[in-house]
Amino acid sequence: MSNDVSNSGSAARRLSVFKTYKLYVGGKFPRSESGRVYEVTDSKGDWLANAPLSSRKDARDAVVAARKAFSAWSGATAYNRGQILYRIAEMLEGRRGQFVREVAEAEGLSKSKAAAVVDAAVDRWVWYAGWTDKIAQVVGGGNPVAGPFFNLSSPEPTGVVAVLAPQESSFLGLVSVIAPVIATGNTAVVVASERAPLPALSLGEVLATSDLPGGVVNVLSGRTAEIAAPLASHQDVNAIDLAGADEALAKELEIAAADNLKRVLRPQAVDGAADWTAVPGIDRMTAFLETKTVWHPTGSLGASGSSY
Amino acid sequence: MYSRYARRYARLVTMPTNAPTAAHALSDVAASDGTLRRFLHGLPGVDAVGLEARAASLGTRSIKTTAKAYAIDLAISMVDLTTLEGADTPGKVRALGAKAVHPDPTDRTTPSTAAVCVYPDMVAVAKEAVAGSGVKVASVATAFPAGRAALDVKLADVRDAVAAGADEIDMVIDRGAFLAGHYLKVYDEIVAVREACGTSARLKVIFETGELSTYDNIRRASWLGMLAGADFIKTSTGKVAVNATPANTLLMLEAVRDFRAQTGVQVGVKPAGGIRTSKDAIKFLVLVNETVGEDWLDNHWFRFGASSLLNDLLMQRQKLATGRYSGPDYVTVD
Repeated sequence: MSNDVSNSGSAARRLSVFKTYKLYVGGKFPRSESGRVYEVTDSKGDWLANAPLSSRKDARDAVVAARKAFSAWSGATAYNRGQILYRIAEMLEGRRGQFVREVAEAEGLSKSKAAAVVDAAVDRWVWYAGWTDKIAQVVGGGNPVAGPFFNLSSPEPTGVVAVLAPQESSFLGLVSVIAPVIATGNTAVVVASERAPLPALSLGEVLATSDLPGGVVNVLSGRTAEIAAPLASHQDVNAIDLAGADEALAKELEIAAADNLKRVLRPQAVDGAADWTAVPGIDRMTAFLETKTVWHPTGSLGASGSSY
Repeated sequence: MYSRYARRYARLVTMPTNAPTAAHALSDVAASDGTLRRFLHGLPGVDAVGLEARAASLGTRSIKTTAKAYAIDLAISMVDLTTLEGADTPGKVRALGAKAVHPDPTDRTTPSTAAVCVYPDMVAVAKEAVAGSGVKVASVATAFPAGRAALDVKLADVRDAVAAGADEIDMVIDRGAFLAGHYLKVYDEIVAVREACGTSARLKVIFETGELSTYDNIRRASWLGMLAGADFIKTSTGKVAVNATPANTLLMLEAVRDFRAQTGVQVGVKPAGGIRTSKDAIKFLVLVNETVGEDWLDNHWFRFGASSLLNDLLMQRQKLATGRYSGPDYVTVD
């Protein structure tokens, strides 16, 4: 019955719909406040899409969103945070095909290698999801003290963390720096890889549909040096992860960050070839935790020798 | 009948460029309920779409660098720093007073705010807190915020505040009477409160524009308040859902402009409630400059009723001074 002309050989083929990549700030998908975009190319230099070229005002707005989200996210139970992180892994799994394609294009990988990268990223979310309610036992606990006191240390999130995502590993590296930050209750402003921001911007769409409250993760794309400078000097940012900064930029940002005594996590591998596939350990979580210690009287009668 | 008056007064109120005719041109307007109603209903209707479009278009001006620094300092100097909570304590009012005098203790070039605004029973505490600084003490009165009390009670409220040393009285009009059309009752009440203020206190008249339903009513209320002797007309109490908006403030600015053209008497304007960011405040300043001009760009004639606005202005000021974005950790929590 379907015998229409459009299926014949000479008919026009369907125009594909290009995706407008947008930022992810405060649970919404705005364009850059500046209205700017830049061309993103694949590893061979062919055009893939236009990505927003964020300005310092976008960075400021993202910090406001992250600060607003902090009290609820850090106040959520660790168990609840774990469930949400696991949910992110589930949503990612459902969009596996899309991410495999984007990672393959961004990093010039074969399809099977890109698939391995995406699988590793999904597994990384699951791995950190499991840690949310266990980290307190590992880095906190009761301390032996010489006196009739309970002395308890517990880790608390640092606050708003600016994260410069790794430049080379556009997806596995990205997940490996975001997940530990939010697993412990921090909120994050993430600057995506400058050359390959598309997987990060797509990750925003996954986060938006994963029960993650808006503002917990905010994703910006653009020139890393341009966006990172106001973030490093921002008085309302509590810590900065310099994973995606080169040596010169990292030094400059560390100086700016000293102004309000931000915690700074320096790039681990100076040669730029950090191995994101290895099991990460808990260092990235503990880097953005503060230890709170409380002393509490035991209620015993001290040295009186009472028998009850 | 109405249309005859409409024609008669429309000519008056839409000719701002005319030299001020004698003040008594409007002096017989409040002779009776009938004349007052005819005058107020004879005011030209408000073009709601045009008004909102004008307010919105003036909100798109880009104010940067030195102009922004000037605007922020001007806005700080225009803030009526307000605390109107049931839970206000003397300590909180003292803290507010200290903040009004030195909004940013780390930068003494920051101007003081115009006034602190408190409930009548806190006037004495506030007065002491700002003594010698030039910061005024404003007090809400007349059964704020509902205004639902007998006139005697309202006047006693005002006299209390004035006796305690209030420099400014913020009264609320009887919206019930206004909406029922008893304009003369509202008028007489404002006149009585004006008398109770004496010569020492300036009177701000709050219309609660969010409860007046229409722009026409806001225009009528503005003229009514000015005719009755208000020194300031103020949008809202800050206690209802809709507070100061650019559109209703623009409408009131037009009213004070036309009133001065008519009578030669200048009246101040105070938008209150819902203005939280520097960007919003600067938009209001643009409205003032473009509608009534520089004569009103002074805290004697224009105020912001706000509490959280000041913190945002201070953070913006710190940003301009240092180049770094500031944060809520660097201003007080009030």
